Amino acid sequence: MSEARPFRWREPSILPGFGLAFGVLAAGLSVLILIPLAALVLKAASAGPADIVAIATAPRTIAALRLSFGAAFVAALVNAVFGLLIAWVLVRYRFPGRRFVDAAVDLPFALPTAVAGIALTALWAGNGWLGSLAASFGVKVAYTPLGVMIALIFVGLPFVVRSVQPVLADAQRDVEEASALLGATRWRTVFCVILPNVLPALLTGFTLAFARAIGEYGSVIFIAGNVPMVSEIAPLLIVIRLEQFDYAGAAVVGVLMLAASLVLLLLINALQAWSRRRLGYV
Amino acid sequence: MSSASSLGATSRRAAARTPSALRESSLVSGTLIVLALGFLLLFLFLPLIAVFVEAFRRGFAAYFEAITEPDALAAMRLTLLIAAIAVPLNVVLGVAGAWAVARFEFRGKSVLVSLIDLPFSVSPVIAGLVYVLLFGAQGYFGPWLRANGVEIIFAVPGIVLATMFVTFPFVARELIPHMETLGSTDEEAALTLGASPWRTFFMVTLPNVKWSLLYGVLLCNARAMGEFGAVAVVSGRIRGVTTTMPLHVEILYNEYMGAAAFAVASLLALLALVTLAAKALLEWRYAEEIAATRHTS
Repeated sequence: MSEARPFRWREPSILPGFGLAFGVLAAGLSVLILIPLAALVLKAASAGPADIVAIATAPRTIAALRLSFGAAFVAALVNAVFGLLIAWVLVRYRFPGRRFVDAAVDLPFALPTAVAGIALTALWAGNGWLGSLAASFGVKVAYTPLGVMIALIFVGLPFVVRSVQPVLADAQRDVEEASALLGATRWRTVFCVILPNVLPALLTGFTLAFARAIGEYGSVIFIAGNVPMVSEIAPLLIVIRLEQFDYAGAAVVGVLMLAASLVLLLLINALQAWSRRRLGYV
Repeated sequence: MSSASSLGATSRRAAARTPSALRESSLVSGTLIVLALGFLLLFLFLPLIAVFVEAFRRGFAAYFEAITEPDALAAMRLTLLIAAIAVPLNVVLGVAGAWAVARFEFRGKSVLVSLIDLPFSVSPVIAGLVYVLLFGAQGYFGPWLRANGVEIIFAVPGIVLATMFVTFPFVARELIPHMETLGSTDEEAALTLGASPWRTFFMVTLPNVKWSLLYGVLLCNARAMGEFGAVAVVSGRIRGVTTTMPLHVEILYNEYMGAAAFAVASLLALLALVTLAAKALLEWRYAEEIAATRHTS
């Protein structure tokens, strides 16, 4: 196809301003994001292989990473189930206040994380509304890994709802009618016709919520209690290392988390490409 | 939106006769609605209500005092200043990015789009950390900066940089899908009719995308004013000097001044509510124009 075509960096266009726009974007990206991230990798690498391995395999680092990834994974699972449910209810049913609820789902995007953090702590502490309720069942939420999960459920919820909602809204009702006419029960139609259609979007939402939850800091540190080895998340460990002027230690943990983010970003892109191929949209 | 009306009136009556075939029984749908709303009440509405209840726990006088004391006012001024610098700069970068990405085909475009989105998947703490490594006392440029008397870390420039990092994608990722949907025929017509490039941009492109631009600015501003993790790392928390509103909330909370912390937090919660209301208004009124951008904002 491209045998006769010379290599072109960009397709010709009559529109002006590519050089300026690209230049401004490239300069901004470099100064704000690329050079700083390169400095992070450089700093981590400057620690030397032996120290990098020592920092990365220190029990405290591993405990923090395990908590961040584990709690984020569980929170994203809870969000996948309830996010799908909420999206379904918002799209398929009519009830008073539906539009209000629909708008309110974005609250975790808009509410500053520190505010969410202290509010959740006040709610789930032993003397809080929900904390005292949980305590009567013998469950301690605030200042435990469970509290970390609660905060991560809060921050991740809109990702799942907003990923699934448009797919459910655009779903072809005639396919459901065909399924029903062919004799399927409603449950069978839901589980064998509708849900497979929603799956790519659900996975995308799950991954977005997971990625966000891994790096979350503000809403977690108040409710976590921050006990080393027990309820100390990885981003907090970075902050602690920085406060001890252990720049290399902070950078190594930072690079580990950055690598996880990049892998998840690639996964999200792949999921969205899959969704587009299957359904024509994300 | 048309899900309920996609069936004809007759088939809807038929469906009502055989409820299990095309819809859930009202018992099932009722249970699902209650479950969904119960979950939202527990995880979304109760935290929001708790902010305001805790803020007024000591009464109106204490609330008013907490939000008018000098450190709180300084924090508000700093938060407004940071947003006033970071948001316009990110609008320029976002508009430039959208013009390059949505109007031209070039190699490596998908990599560039991923780079624009990158800050969303990086921990805010890392967003602060990278600037400390660059400009901090022991950072790569630290000695040079100190020799020349430039303060970045533990000062306003560092807070601006960290805020710009975390809010970088908002404008571009609202504009790109919208501009791609619109296509470039309007701009081509304007250029053909003899308009200058800048005139085309200001008289054709900007008016076409104004609602999605506003939408992006709204989200960018909310995040810029509320950012905590990235700013906490670079701020140094010098009272009245480098404490933004979220940091002021944290300081008060850690000093066991809960009511005062929630009083300042309630202002940030109000900002979030105003943002959500404006966002909902834009979505309802200009649904088509920003529909393409809604998916995973």
